[in-house]
Amino acid sequence: MLDIQKIRADFPILSQKVNGHPLVYFDNGATSQKPQVVLDAISEYYSQTNANIHRGVHSLSQKATDAYELSRKKIQQHINAQHSHEVIFTSGTTHGINAIANGFASLLQKGDEVLVSALEHHSNIVPWQMLCERTGAVLKVIPINQNGELIQTEYDKLLSANTKIVAVNHISNALGTINPIAEMIRKAHTVGAAVLIDGAQAVPHLKPDVQALDCDFYVFSGHKMCGPTGIGILYGKEAWLNQLPPYQGGGEMIATVSFEKTTYADLPHKFEAGTPNIEGGIVLGTAVDYLNSIGFEHIAAYEHELLDYATEKLSEIEGLNIVGTAKEKTSVISFNIQGIHPYDIGTIIDKKGIAVRTGHHCAQPIMDFFCIPGTIRASFAFYNTKEEIDILVEAVKKAKAMLL
Amino acid sequence: MTIKEIQHEIVDEFSMFEDWEERFQYVIDLGKTLPLIDAQYKTDENTIKGCQSKVWLHAEEVDEKIVFTADSDAIITKGIIAILIRVFSNRTPQEILAADTAFIDEIGLKEQLSPTRANGLVSMIKQIKMYALAYDSKK
Repeated sequence: MLDIQKIRADFPILSQKVNGHPLVYFDNGATSQKPQVVLDAISEYYSQTNANIHRGVHSLSQKATDAYELSRKKIQQHINAQHSHEVIFTSGTTHGINAIANGFASLLQKGDEVLVSALEHHSNIVPWQMLCERTGAVLKVIPINQNGELIQTEYDKLLSANTKIVAVNHISNALGTINPIAEMIRKAHTVGAAVLIDGAQAVPHLKPDVQALDCDFYVFSGHKMCGPTGIGILYGKEAWLNQLPPYQGGGEMIATVSFEKTTYADLPHKFEAGTPNIEGGIVLGTAVDYLNSIGFEHIAAYEHELLDYATEKLSEIEGLNIVGTAKEKTSVISFNIQGIHPYDIGTIIDKKGIAVRTGHHCAQPIMDFFCIPGTIRASFAFYNTKEEIDILVEAVKKAKAMLL
Repeated sequence: MTIKEIQHEIVDEFSMFEDWEERFQYVIDLGKTLPLIDAQYKTDENTIKGCQSKVWLHAEEVDEKIVFTADSDAIITKGIIAILIRVFSNRTPQEILAADTAFIDEIGLKEQLSPTRANGLVSMIKQIKMYALAYDSKK
């Protein structure tokens, strides 16, 4: 059992008032809040460790480098990567996807196919579209059913010897659907396609095991898992990362440079051009430690309880329609109220101190599929409570009364 | 009445409300009673796309004044449109160009005109000014 009040005390931002009401933060899908240990680690880095890494011979630079590399090892263990050099620090999920999509430009040719799904965030659609434009490859889309689940029989039909890479999310940001990625990865490998998993929405809720999944790439952001913004991880299998050309050129990613020929550094540095987000990299390790100290089994069980409670309570509101009713779901509820625009609900409940996301959640194709302008999305974290869900339900009822 | 006088009148009306609920209820009611835009003007060309709610704005010149009609798919946005139309419609291009929207702060709806709201209102005001500029330079 989690001691939620004790956990809440770890997050200073949660005790503030918004528009005169205690903050109810249900926009965790957009970004998570940060515990005090993370805030302290940021300040400690700049007050005690700050130096550029991998360069200086001086002690402070060594200290910063050690902390940065220790964090890489922590993340390697956390996602069960075989080698720490398979863990690349990026600026976030979008950066990771773009690095791989760019790398594949040298491998694809006309007639090759790239598979994405209808559940993707724009950041796992647009880089692949750009790749297809550059190479003449064709983008194909795995469709969804009315519950917001990927139709696996359609996926089977789309896979062929032409499929070079499959890019799907582990968990949908707009609907919360958990995709059966282990099975999807296995199937993709039978036709020789590589698989990139967008884990941005998964890492706050579960501990991915990249070796068990056997994915070729797994990307995620630090800020959604209690870490700072501007840091993320690109995991790639060693063989793939060695094969792909680097995404950016610059300092730190080279072995030797002359005007005739530059040779690239070994992994992971080949993909880490320039001075990285050192503080972010170090503190992401702190965030991972914090989440592990609570325990992902406890987090998942409690969040599921919140999801069930919210689903039950919200469903009691007449005219409320939950969008995304997959069997396997994480703690995200997207909904609409008949005859009311999501923007109006979001505006009214904000006045009650409730933070939700309204709109298309950067996943316009999903909204087009359901023929809606957007949804109201409440996404819960382990520091949320049932009492807060009650406040949301009352506020939605109030908004409905005002708006209809 | 001048634009300034109408703005004062609106500020007076809103000063009678005690809290945000009353203010928003009034805006919502204004949204519900906004005269509908002629369906033929609800075209893609007249659409102002906010990321969250959509706005349609149509302008025509009547007796050297610009008459605006507008609509939105969100009711609060529509209510604010009703207020903006009351201020800006049936005015000469010069009057429109000289006017500002500072009164929106005074009636407690400032955040509705923030660009981060992505409700199309900021672009709508820009578009109103653009129409005024276009009609003004035609002369």
